[in-house]
Amino acid sequence: MKSSLKLALGLTSAITASTAVSNVAHAEDLTLCWAAWDPANALVELSKDFTKETGIGMKFEFVPWTNYADRFLNELNSHGKLCDLIIGDSQWIGGAAENGHYVKLNDFFDKEKISMDDFVPATVVGYSEWPKNTPNYWALPAMGDVVGWTYRKDWFSKPELQKEFKEKYGWDLGPPATFDQLKQVAEFFQKREIDGKTVYGASIYTERGSEGITMGAMDVLYSYGFQYENPKKPYEMEGFVNSDKSVKGLEFYKALYDCCTPPGASNSYMGEGVDAFKSGQVAMHMNFAFTWPGLQKDENVGGDKIGYFVNPKGPDGEQFAQLGGQGISVVSYSDKQESALKYIKWFANKDVQAKWWSLGGYSCLNAVVKDPKFPASQPYAQTFLDSMAIVKDFWAEPSYAPLLQASQKRFHDYVVAGQGSAKDALDGLVKDWTQVFQDDGKM
Amino acid sequence: MLNRTAENVARATPEPLARKVRGISDKGLAWLFISPTILLLLAINIFPLFWAIYLSFTNYRANRPNEVVKNLGLANYQRILGDKDIWIAMQTTAHFVFWTILLQTLIGFTLAWLIDRKFRGHAFWTTLILVPMMLSPAVVGNFWRFLYEPQIGLFAYAISFVTRIPPTDIQMLSNVSLAPWSIIIVDTWMWTPYVMLICLAGLRSIPEYIYEAAEVDRASNWRQFWSITLPMALPFIMLAVLFRGIENFKMFDMVNLLTGGGPGSTTEVASITLKRQAFESWRTGYSSAFAIILFVAVFGLANIYVKALNKVKQR
Repeated sequence: MKSSLKLALGLTSAITASTAVSNVAHAEDLTLCWAAWDPANALVELSKDFTKETGIGMKFEFVPWTNYADRFLNELNSHGKLCDLIIGDSQWIGGAAENGHYVKLNDFFDKEKISMDDFVPATVVGYSEWPKNTPNYWALPAMGDVVGWTYRKDWFSKPELQKEFKEKYGWDLGPPATFDQLKQVAEFFQKREIDGKTVYGASIYTERGSEGITMGAMDVLYSYGFQYENPKKPYEMEGFVNSDKSVKGLEFYKALYDCCTPPGASNSYMGEGVDAFKSGQVAMHMNFAFTWPGLQKDENVGGDKIGYFVNPKGPDGEQFAQLGGQGISVVSYSDKQESALKYIKWFANKDVQAKWWSLGGYSCLNAVVKDPKFPASQPYAQTFLDSMAIVKDFWAEPSYAPLLQASQKRFHDYVVAGQGSAKDALDGLVKDWTQVFQDDGKM
Repeated sequence: MLNRTAENVARATPEPLARKVRGISDKGLAWLFISPTILLLLAINIFPLFWAIYLSFTNYRANRPNEVVKNLGLANYQRILGDKDIWIAMQTTAHFVFWTILLQTLIGFTLAWLIDRKFRGHAFWTTLILVPMMLSPAVVGNFWRFLYEPQIGLFAYAISFVTRIPPTDIQMLSNVSLAPWSIIIVDTWMWTPYVMLICLAGLRSIPEYIYEAAEVDRASNWRQFWSITLPMALPFIMLAVLFRGIENFKMFDMVNLLTGGGPGSTTEVASITLKRQAFESWRTGYSSAFAIILFVAVFGLANIYVKALNKVKQR
């Protein structure tokens, strides 16, 4: 669930890598389309094995996150043949299925004995199924991702800060378990002088243009009790989206933005968050798990200095996290569907999935993530597992784009610009979303 | 003798090219040459305009090519005109247009008037003033975004130096009250030279003898300015206002780069709203109707303005 990121370095290396691979390309090459980011580089490396095994060359079309949705949704809508395989964002699945962009994979899975039971359930629902919770599969879970938190373990473990914190709040300074605790920690660090530098509490998502603030606010709202619709009556949102609990959750997100973010962080998403954490500006950092391998390796903030924690609990003990990540699909307009399906079959293999994780990709295969050695395989592996167990996703409806634009506007107007109340924002959101579903003829 | 001269002239005059190409008249040949341009114009300007007009009456969505397109009549127009958010975006646009034009005209004309004095080094200063206008808006937007950065930007430090407010409290792009002004400042910085150039052309077009006559009549400098300089430069100033007005009505790049329409919707001008509806929400029919409304508004206002401009020129 990402569509905005300035990973210039990732892009550069992705382009370099794709050029290198395309130099050995031939007529039967498959083209795989994805976003330009670190996991894409890992996939280039991984796919060399596929070429060795099958003789089928791989070309890659990687587009920066800022243009990812525009570029590839236009490609699919125009029935383009550029992509044989596509790793499309999770919320595209409804539109891609209903508009016939993706090949339905049920028969193929049956034939090749690929079982969706072998994958983490949340990723199957999030990346593969449409309609949700029905056995209709349009993708193979490819890149698991979820919003979680990193923190400055080295700052948290300073004895003088621990003492001061304990005296002030009455509990030991450590990774927060609830959102109230998270705010206390963030307030504690806000504008504090550490190693001669002014630091701030937390970096959270506030970006307005694509989906940033929605991903961030939802990450909190779910644990406060937000629900998209009446579980018994689809698309009935009144009293669910704008429930008292949801209002409290949105008020909390605004309070966190007001009290504890760095100056000028009014349009911050994945790239800005990484920058804030890497430059030692913030004590805590909300971001998708894909950023963790890079941060772990960072000389200044990684290694022993970084810690990870799952999205905290809400006031009633509920705990959820915003799902990210993507599934891999075969494009129905491709002339090379046979070869593309071979790639999917190869990618679903356990050994390939294990290598995928070791290279920096996030495998969704149970055999990999439930391996007893998995939690110790990386410092963030256990947090990733715990986070993936509590995920919720944004609407994956064919009209996800206007639904997303509405929440972006309503949340940003309230949280960042301070216009109206949380109740106004959520009432407005119900109105906007109702209009979208009415336009779609679903209400 | 006359006949022989006429024959010589006729012989010396080359035969029209068209006659050499069998069956094509001069007029036909002219059409042949301009037809590629006309076809191109029809293809990339006129056809999309009519296509947009057609789409504006439908529920068409570019990301749903397989869906049946329904004719909605005037529903899209009704929805736009009744949408509070659209009117807020229009007000925001009007706010930008008003302040940018006012500031750019005042500063641009003043600069032109000063440059026109032809002081020592005026050519150097003219070139220097023109530099912002020569930069790409993408460069200017990113450049100013860093300048406005509250933690490392020079702008915040400069203001802090004068006002003693901590630089981290001067959040030009995040503060609801300051964000619109941050864009107005950048647009004024970039485009004032353009207004200055047009005004300078106007000032240089005033004949020197008029000032000489005024000197003879012992008119004061102030009087000369009000009675000669300003009225004679007015058509040029109005032309600059027209160009900047049309440009700023559709201002997009600077807003997108600096604030992206935020914080909230504080700087969401009409063009940003249009882009969001058309290319993010994929409401193609709806956004076509909005584009037509904007087109009619700009076209109508510009026409009224041009009539006023012609009246001023005729005085």
